[in-house]
Amino acid sequence: MAHYTPPKQGRASQLIDVIVLVILTVGALFVPLWLGLAGAAKSVETPVANPTWETLGQTPAQAAQYEALGYTPEAAHDLILARFDYSFSITALLTMIAVILLYYFLILRFSEVEYREVIAEKFGE
Amino acid sequence: MTDVDITSKTMDGMGPHGTKVGLLRVLGPAHVWALGVGIVLVGEYMGWNFAVGKGGAYAALIACWFAGILYTCVAMIDSEVTSTVASAGGQYTQAKHIIGPLMAFNVGLYLVFAYTMLEAANAITAGYLFSVVASMAGYQAPLDQRPFIILVIMFLAWLNYRGVLATLTFNLVITAFAFIAILVLFLATSGIAGGGIMQHAALFEGHELPYGWIGILAAMHFGLWYYLGIEGTTQAAEEVRSPARALPFGTLAGIMTLLIAATLTWYVSSGVLPWEYLGDGVNGSVAPLFDTARLSGSTALVWLLGFGTLFATLASANGCINDASRAWFAMGRDKYLPGWFGAVHPKYRTPYRSIVFLVPIALIFALGAPLDQVITFSILSGLLGYTFMPLNIILFRRKWPLHSIKRGYEHPFHPVPAITLLTLCGVTFFAVFLGYGTQLVAMIGFYIVVSLWFHFWRYRFVNRGAQFTMPWPKPLGY
Repeated sequence: MAHYTPPKQGRASQLIDVIVLVILTVGALFVPLWLGLAGAAKSVETPVANPTWETLGQTPAQAAQYEALGYTPEAAHDLILARFDYSFSITALLTMIAVILLYYFLILRFSEVEYREVIAEKFGE
Repeated sequence: MTDVDITSKTMDGMGPHGTKVGLLRVLGPAHVWALGVGIVLVGEYMGWNFAVGKGGAYAALIACWFAGILYTCVAMIDSEVTSTVASAGGQYTQAKHIIGPLMAFNVGLYLVFAYTMLEAANAITAGYLFSVVASMAGYQAPLDQRPFIILVIMFLAWLNYRGVLATLTFNLVITAFAFIAILVLFLATSGIAGGGIMQHAALFEGHELPYGWIGILAAMHFGLWYYLGIEGTTQAAEEVRSPARALPFGTLAGIMTLLIAATLTWYVSSGVLPWEYLGDGVNGSVAPLFDTARLSGSTALVWLLGFGTLFATLASANGCINDASRAWFAMGRDKYLPGWFGAVHPKYRTPYRSIVFLVPIALIFALGAPLDQVITFSILSGLLGYTFMPLNIILFRRKWPLHSIKRGYEHPFHPVPAITLLTLCGVTFFAVFLGYGTQLVAMIGFYIVVSLWFHFWRYRFVNRGAQFTMPWPKPLGY
């Protein structure tokens, strides 16, 4: 294989590359947060009016630890009753699986093309 | 066979010894242990308890052990490959030599983001700790944590800038302190030395598995946090005196240390703190070991675990800066990123430009995102990296069978660890999907976009054959 000589990259172009990467990185985390799609929020489905440790489902031993931590039943209400919702759709699950497989397929395929060039130049053909 | 022997001190295939070609080679096995455990041990001090919230205390214990199996596989696989690919960049350099440039670029980004997000999470926890200490000292108003977060990141970046030996020696001391603090807390509260305060049965009563079996799967998401970062030992490959000995020894000793620390942490925290409080790392227990000490009634334990938590966060953030900057540096040196990042400091011999560049990135996340989201971002990057490892070792053994390259360490039972690791990664992807599916898709979308960017634009600036730097024979099948 003929030896490949890469072009020299100017400073401005290097700077643009870095800016692109930073924007993509920050966007990947913050866009779901800004759009309110971050998920994993817990919610209280059935609030308890005038809560006591008993109505919150706490045994005396559990209630004693909460009191040692400085909580009253009112203050601990949301902390104790909030739950995750693990229901999901099969479509969403299949979509996620497809996205992951597509991703690995893409990088393995492109990597193999690039790798053959590397080996050909390094070891000669 | 080549004329290179990774186990030799004079012909191990590294840059010329005693020259100024690469990074300074000054580290021993204890530093490797300190780097690995130092990054991870903070996972026992904060973050793992989100697993309790996802599935209850028993689910968190099961996740702890299954994640332990996952990381044992990671440590075994990593030890073999790294004892052969002794160069800065760790898994990035492995991928470059074994799978190909685009995979390497992705793995390099996994490393940088996993460690930078972990660093941000550490800084958030340190800021929280300062606010608790201020409150305990009688300060009435809510303390602004942001100056402390900035200070922690800036101080550790400066330490990394000045030199790797001082950085990791500092880590060795504070990591040992944080580990001993966990042992002392266990001995003091479990009844072995003094009165026991554990009440697992009473605290679990009626809440054994609050979400049922799906809660166990969901807990795997944060189960990774007990050990996330142990694979960072490979980043020191170019700076250890004897890579074939120090890297496997330090890494495997590290995972054993963490398995013990993780189990003890679960035991003492779940035996004292109610699961709903323990499992909420934002509104409940941000620092569970510290909270456990607070309920022990011992002022000495409160101070010990307070300093333990602070030291664990500092050690972790310190190691993260070390690892993320090495990965970024290695990609710059290969022109995968602008070559400007591939510079070594003329006096301190550290990748100083990469260290400085990653400071504002860490600050953006530490100051702008909630703890669980930052942790999730770190875990997702780590998880993508762990999924790469089974592919990596299978291809490594296929392209360079055992007789073709001498390894410093050969992991046993191949391919069982690779298959086990791949299976557990699949389970963890599902766990992340339960609640954080949007982040997962957003993150993979990000990696797809940057992969296309790399393949169709950035790769033109990369030398082809010259990036293959290991003195290995031609791979089989090419």
